[in-house]
Amino acid sequence: MRIGFTPILLCMAMASATPTVGEEIISALSQNRISITANFDGSEIFIYGAVKREAPVVDGDLGIIITVVGPFEPTLVRRKDRIFGIWVNANAFNIDTAPTFYAIASSAPLKEILHESESVRNQIPIEEKIEAASSAESQSFVSALVRIREKQGLYSELPDMVDLRSDTLFGTHIALPANLVEGEYTATVYVTRDRTIVDKQESKIDVQKVGLERWIYTLAHQQPLAYGLLAVLLATFTGWAASVVFRRI
Amino acid sequence: MQIYLPIAEVSVNALLLLGLGGVVGILSGMFGVGGGFLMTPLLFFIGIPPTIAVATEANQIVASSVSGALAHFRRRSLDILMGLILVAGGVIGAAIGVQVFALLKAAGQVDTLVRIGYVVLLGIIGSLMLIESVRAIRRTHQDSTPLRKLHQHNWIHGLPFKIKFRSSGLYISAIPPLLIGAMVGVLAAIMGVGGGFIMVPAMIYILGMPTKVVIGTSLFQITFVTAFTTVLHATTNQTVDIALAFLLFLGGVVGAQIGARLGVKLPAEQLRVFLAIIVIGVCGKLAMDLLLQPSELYSLGDRL
Repeated sequence: MRIGFTPILLCMAMASATPTVGEEIISALSQNRISITANFDGSEIFIYGAVKREAPVVDGDLGIIITVVGPFEPTLVRRKDRIFGIWVNANAFNIDTAPTFYAIASSAPLKEILHESESVRNQIPIEEKIEAASSAESQSFVSALVRIREKQGLYSELPDMVDLRSDTLFGTHIALPANLVEGEYTATVYVTRDRTIVDKQESKIDVQKVGLERWIYTLAHQQPLAYGLLAVLLATFTGWAASVVFRRI
Repeated sequence: MQIYLPIAEVSVNALLLLGLGGVVGILSGMFGVGGGFLMTPLLFFIGIPPTIAVATEANQIVASSVSGALAHFRRRSLDILMGLILVAGGVIGAAIGVQVFALLKAAGQVDTLVRIGYVVLLGIIGSLMLIESVRAIRRTHQDSTPLRKLHQHNWIHGLPFKIKFRSSGLYISAIPPLLIGAMVGVLAAIMGVGGGFIMVPAMIYILGMPTKVVIGTSLFQITFVTAFTTVLHATTNQTVDIALAFLLFLGGVVGAQIGARLGVKLPAEQLRVFLAIIVIGVCGKLAMDLLLQPSELYSLGDRL
């Protein structure tokens, strides 16, 4: 009896472990580099891939979740109040850190393909990515931050937007708005079986101002005096040039 | 055609900026006003952050006033000594203004206070213009202009530090022009205006300067003070957007030429009523934004 029980247990353990061993993600991005140029009007990245299996397809619901997260920054959120009849910024709350961009796309509504606890442990919902001292007040400021960034297209939740074919091939488009912050972005693909993550893969996306944009921005922030003088010089020259041109006409 | 502004970090339509510059340019060409007091609030309306709008507008005014100042300099129709004293006052005023602006920016109050400033400023300018032009229209019908005394002696002549201003034919204290210059400097730094609309009447009515040198001297002061303000904003607040200033200026310079030609052909007094209505309209819109409950009470602070 004792001898017979162990193999069964072993078999059960192996059966539950097979998805972890047997399913792997292979994914890629349409681009690893986004350049903010003078006519930058937002961009779109295509994230695609396949679920690789050594064994035949196992039972259980398959889900794909794809997240793209931008650089984290501390953020100040202000609230207006009516003072002497005028709406004025009255309260401010400092959020320790929050992503400047966050998109979650999934092959089905998140709750259907991922356990609540798994979701929180892997910091998948946007609220889990934001760190702020918790108080009675903080909640309203955090949700205001999420609301404002959603409106700006910086935070988005895209259930059903991952196209999954034959439980193997997947792909999704993530829109990056024009008001992107520079820095390193991370795209993560998660594959889930029965609402549990079985594999994930990360890729980096580099977002940078380039060319004239880069030059102007760097000069303005690193050599502000030279930048100020250049601004004045440019204005003086264009003003003078315009008067010369229009005197001829 | 969208363009990404490197300092404002927003993407806006370049044609909209050119058009805005053009329309304000036409108005300034027609009426001989600088246009900063209209451009800055219009930039708020299209979504440029007020901190950027104010500093960038100072930069644009350098471009739009320098050619006028040069023209007056060539014709010698300006009082350089008076101009230098006004500039000295303006530099002090701008230095104070930029510091105040930086404090307000840190406290998150730039938006509100600049908007309140504009409501007051545009309200006063708009109603004065309206009253003045309605009166002028009536006067053309009656045709009886009361004579003004050529030169009045007032409290100005009792102040110390008197200087002889040859081009203006004045012997007055340096204190009033310093103060006028300083006030204009503060306005340039905090509101992003040239301040000609205050300086010109002040020079005529308070200092008693002859009209022929007033415009040139005012442009002389504006060019230097806005240039100084631009550099200070660039070093203190990093809010000057060269690309934005350049596009506004391109539109503005073409508009000003069209405006100057149109202004000669169209009836001046009716046009003045029209401008007054625009100014009051912009003032009303700003006031409503302050008084009505905004749909979003929260806003995100400047990035660090």
